[in-house]
Amino acid sequence: MDRRNFLATVGTAVGASFIGRNAKASEKIEMMGILIDTTKCLGCRSCEYSCAEANGYPEPSDDSDKLFNSHRKTSENSLTVVNKFVIDENEIYVKEQCMHCAQPACAAACLTRAMHKTKEGPVVWDGSKCMGCRFCMISCPFDIPKFEYFSANPKISKCVMCWERLAKGEIPACAENCPNEAIVFGKRSDLIHEANNRIYSEPDAYVKHIYGEHEVGGTGVLYLSSVSFENFKFRTDLGEEAYPEFTKEFLYGVPVILTLFPAFLLALSNSTKREKTFTEGEGGNGH
Amino acid sequence: MDTNKKSLSFMISELKRFFKFFFSELKPKGKVFTPFNIITGIIMLTGAVLLVIRFAFGLGTITNLSQEYPWGLWIGFDVITGVAFAGGAYVLTFIVYIMRDEKYHPIIRVTVLNGFLAYVFYAGALLLDLGRPWNVINPIIGNSFGVSSVLFLVAWHFLLYMLAEFIEFSPAAAEWLGWKKTRKVLAGLTLGAVIFGITLSTLHQSGLGALYLMAKAKIHPLWYTEFIPILFLVSSVFAGLSMVIFEGSISHKVFKHRISEEIHRSHNDIVIGLAKICAGAMFVYIFLKALVFVHGQHWTYLNSGWGLWYLVEMIVFVAIPCFIFIEGYQSKKINLIKFGAVLTLIGIILNRLNVSVIAFKWYEAVRYYPTWGEIVVTLAVISAEIWVFRWIVNRMPILSDMPDWAKRQDQIGELESVTQKSESLKWKASIT
Repeated sequence: MDRRNFLATVGTAVGASFIGRNAKASEKIEMMGILIDTTKCLGCRSCEYSCAEANGYPEPSDDSDKLFNSHRKTSENSLTVVNKFVIDENEIYVKEQCMHCAQPACAAACLTRAMHKTKEGPVVWDGSKCMGCRFCMISCPFDIPKFEYFSANPKISKCVMCWERLAKGEIPACAENCPNEAIVFGKRSDLIHEANNRIYSEPDAYVKHIYGEHEVGGTGVLYLSSVSFENFKFRTDLGEEAYPEFTKEFLYGVPVILTLFPAFLLALSNSTKREKTFTEGEGGNGH
Repeated sequence: MDTNKKSLSFMISELKRFFKFFFSELKPKGKVFTPFNIITGIIMLTGAVLLVIRFAFGLGTITNLSQEYPWGLWIGFDVITGVAFAGGAYVLTFIVYIMRDEKYHPIIRVTVLNGFLAYVFYAGALLLDLGRPWNVINPIIGNSFGVSSVLFLVAWHFLLYMLAEFIEFSPAAAEWLGWKKTRKVLAGLTLGAVIFGITLSTLHQSGLGALYLMAKAKIHPLWYTEFIPILFLVSSVFAGLSMVIFEGSISHKVFKHRISEEIHRSHNDIVIGLAKICAGAMFVYIFLKALVFVHGQHWTYLNSGWGLWYLVEMIVFVAIPCFIFIEGYQSKKINLIKFGAVLTLIGIILNRLNVSVIAFKWYEAVRYYPTWGEIVVTLAVISAEIWVFRWIVNRMPILSDMPDWAKRQDQIGELESVTQKSESLKWKASIT
């Protein structure tokens, strides 16, 4: 029995058992994902428009030239954005949105389980549970959850992979409306297969790296590119370990401390007490 | 039937008596319009107005929080620093009730009260920062247990710890109200509450650090380490005790008329003792920090502005106060120790803000800095805490001697445990 197993056994009481179960669940179920092939993106921003429409957000500005001059991030009003990068005189367009991690840090961080990973793949948010602590924003390595700072009833907004559309048997709005099939929706394993296919069949067109295959333990959204991903200001220093792992050891320690400390303190307290009353008792008994 | 009626009318008359007493005690003692009262009064009123705006129109209206910096001064200072400052309570209850070092007994009540109020006000300030505070009960009741969240753990432990601290403090309240039987029961719960409280403190002092474990890619490498929880726990020991020294020297001046002969006599001795413990804890902390630094191979980071800032934190506000404490207790220089405590407190503020705000998203072009509104609300929370603290200290036996009947109760309790012990000794003797 190694240390981790031992701790898990000791700590079955509270956290440990849940964590173990979650980790197993995400391995078993085939999750859905999105493959974004940046070599195919034309920068038409159809995905931005269809996303805003499908999710009820204001229509994005149509001044593409101006917008492409700066690096944009998703916001509380736009769940996906397309950025333009000029690399070796080539214009490359890159869509950004929630990565739908296999083991999302935001969901592990959420103390009400308002943010949670569905077994189908999308990471979704439940407003009836959320208390607006914004710990999901602190934890997300991609800085995706956004908060409405100017609302008395603020929501956490992020791409939910068109969760409601999926329930109706449709596919995400951005994938459906992409004119050049730069956005492909499907089973994550199929998408990885397809991405590898494209890399092998056209080795000159792609770098040998599917961004999201291993990053932070694997993500639902995967990227293909002709240049290295640092060029897109993607974080390539995030590591391959799933982020909830960073707090696991600490959480395993909790039930151990909760059970061992009181016993230890009580014993210590009794030992100091005995010493004191012993001498008094001896005096009283006339020894 | 008749006895029921009698006991009911007795209870009603008791309740009436209680409320009459309570309301008579609500009135301020001493002058109302002192400079301190006027300034803090204005701060609290302004804070209240700001909070109305904040709850009506959103957090963005009075704070500089953004998508890049979701947590600012209210979390970084009020909660994360404030809770470290409240660490004195668990350290001292450990020394007094577990190790039974009677030397620190005179200040245990004021320290526990401070810890309790710090949690109520500073951890309570967390509510101001919540976007959807009406859902705050979700992690406590209902089916929304986010057990994989460090914050879930911290929230629960805050709550339970407040309960433990309240029980530890409650005998003083019972003495104030003259509830003799209740006091006896509450005093009997103290050891249990202390053990529970120390366990919870260990977990949530480190838990506050563990909150940042998943922010690995966002905190400057000089401050991020997987040992943040342990560093937070160790530093809460000297943060809390420095606060006890600092707060004690102020109380000594402000509450001169309430201070018991015992506290007055032992004050210097206690300060020297605390300095010794602080120096020890700081030594451990410096050692751990050095270990993390060497293992992380952080030499290259030193040659930058961030490296300089790190060295300022570690040398000026940890290493130097550590030596000041050592010099202070060796040559019994009380004022030097107090200066060391102030330096340490500044150092803790720096450290907690570095992890939570300053070195957080250190690569970001646009930095977060608090608005005047955030600062005013923070000052308002501190002011409110001081007002409540003053109200309690002026009425209950916190710094003053407990009433004679309470002392007798304690003596009888001790005697009982002694006779129990001697009886068990006799029993042991009889079987051998």
